Amino acid sequence: MRILQSLLKTRSALSSSYSFSTSATSYGSIEKKICIVGAGPAGFYAAQYLLKHLPNCSIDVIERLPVPFGLVRFGVAPDHPEVKNVINTFTKTAEHPKFNFFGNLSLGSDVTLKELRERYHAVLLTYGAERDRKLNIPNETESKNILSAREFVAWYNGLPGAENLNPDLSGKNVALIGQGNVAIDVARILLSPLDKLKETDITEYALEALTRSKVEKVYLVGRRGPLQAAFTIKELREMLKLPNVSTLWREEDFKGVPEVIPSLQRPRKRITELMLTSLQAQKSASNISNKQFLPIFLRSPKNILGNQLELTVNELKENAAVPTAASETLPSDLILRSIGYQSTCVDPEINFDQKKGLICNKAGRVICKDPSNNPEPGLYVAGWLGTGPTGVILTTMNGAFAVARTICEDFEANKIAHDEQKPGLDTTGKRIVTWKGWQQIDKAEEAEGKKHGKPREKIVHVDEMLKVAGV
Amino acid sequence: MLCLLARRLVRSRIGISKGFTPSRCTDPLQIFPVRHHGEYEWQDPKSEDEVVNITFVDKDGKRIPVRGKIGDNVLYLAHRFGVDMEGACEASLACTTCHVYVKDGYQDKIPEADEKEEDLLDMAPFLRENSRLGCQIILTKELEGLELELPKATRNFYVDGHKPKPH
Repeated sequence: MRILQSLLKTRSALSSSYSFSTSATSYGSIEKKICIVGAGPAGFYAAQYLLKHLPNCSIDVIERLPVPFGLVRFGVAPDHPEVKNVINTFTKTAEHPKFNFFGNLSLGSDVTLKELRERYHAVLLTYGAERDRKLNIPNETESKNILSAREFVAWYNGLPGAENLNPDLSGKNVALIGQGNVAIDVARILLSPLDKLKETDITEYALEALTRSKVEKVYLVGRRGPLQAAFTIKELREMLKLPNVSTLWREEDFKGVPEVIPSLQRPRKRITELMLTSLQAQKSASNISNKQFLPIFLRSPKNILGNQLELTVNELKENAAVPTAASETLPSDLILRSIGYQSTCVDPEINFDQKKGLICNKAGRVICKDPSNNPEPGLYVAGWLGTGPTGVILTTMNGAFAVARTICEDFEANKIAHDEQKPGLDTTGKRIVTWKGWQQIDKAEEAEGKKHGKPREKIVHVDEMLKVAGV
Repeated sequence: MLCLLARRLVRSRIGISKGFTPSRCTDPLQIFPVRHHGEYEWQDPKSEDEVVNITFVDKDGKRIPVRGKIGDNVLYLAHRFGVDMEGACEASLACTTCHVYVKDGYQDKIPEADEKEEDLLDMAPFLRENSRLGCQIILTKELEGLELELPKATRNFYVDGHKPKPH
């Protein structure tokens, strides 16, 4: 039956392409074939925009993993299911007849950028940022008790390859370096009551490890002051409301802070007021929980000495952290660095800025490697791969829409050649997971989750994913 | 699902939005609860008494008049009439993709934003005094003539020097 269906599909595809070629007198009648590399939010939002606004186009999305959604699946915290509602919108896009998903296909190893550019009118790179930035301090590589928060997130979220991380949670103290929302997510997962977590799609092995966790104190270390804190108010408020967890601030970190409040802009004002309210509440609190969340400002990591983390004391000068000669040590059985992500260059053809960790581009148009600085015709980048790893989903959405709009305009202005048909991907001999395959994985995961009272139990091994998808 | 629908219905009928948070639904299995959302907004007004005329002004400044009705959620109404308002989290107060500006004179006719909405607005780019989340605005008769403007200025953010704030 499936063979028949696919035959029919090929048949109709063929006949429609024939009718195009026989009547192909104007550019408009040739289907514009676009390949998007990476099935995360940037890729899906770009696809959504193109399918709506670019006449007669078809979109192929290739993805390294057999499963779609990128950081929505592997980054968003399991106890934030409402953020994952966006999957419904992405699924609607994927069900468009001109959308094809090719999972389990890596750019750089299964297919080259050169090949993609030959086989499509335009290629949009949206494969994100999967490496983390290092602290570059002594003993960072040798120490066994330091991991990246990115790895830790990947571990509890079931990213294939991260399941064997085995973070050592047998100590009492965890130091998170960096104060962004990723660090807050990790702190919350480490301190959350288990009965809250066990109803989420957190991986079963992570849940089991957290059951045995002895972690009591989670420090959140930032190099600058409360007025520069990177976490957002929603995430902070969530921490403050966590049951059986005390948030303890250092009063000296807030010296001079109340005085500047009137001059602050609304968002910064509200979050600073929340911190000060929490600080006041802590002073009058009658009992303090064993489990503690401890934000520390104006400190930079200096050295790792066993389970002691040495910190440099900073001063703030014109919003910048300036190190002083003073230092302090923090008990840290486990250290998690969370100072940002970086992209990687997966294909030598890519004009990659190693220093910034992103692809060289102007408004999403990838720039030529030669000194001309001209845009490469038909090659684009969106999402964190083009902007660096900042912003919330809205930022990525707006960015992806903007680049997709640029692609539409470039087609319109004939900056992208589309006077001949393009064949699209050659999948011969490749083990591809289609959208249907993903739906089978999705169904299996939901069924398995149901057994544990969870919305899903993620499959973490690629081989098993392929098996379930029938590949 | 049922729990959500029931809440939606109740809220739609009595036209309140405060305190409505689908994410607080207690059934843990309902992680993607609103697959077929906005059903109510797809129903035409049954009588003229129900009609609430509002206007969306889209990112390009185009005015889109819409004949809504009492109880309609602005986000889903926008979807019905093809207005580019995203609503990534499906009205569960987890994103800012339905950020709108409310026309002068109407701010006081909409129930005040609750803490959760205010917290999210703090993350919205180009926040203004009259910023709200579209998904938290439920039409009442008082809102006849309401104008909602979608934030512009997002399209060139790669080139105009605006840097997205770290999250």
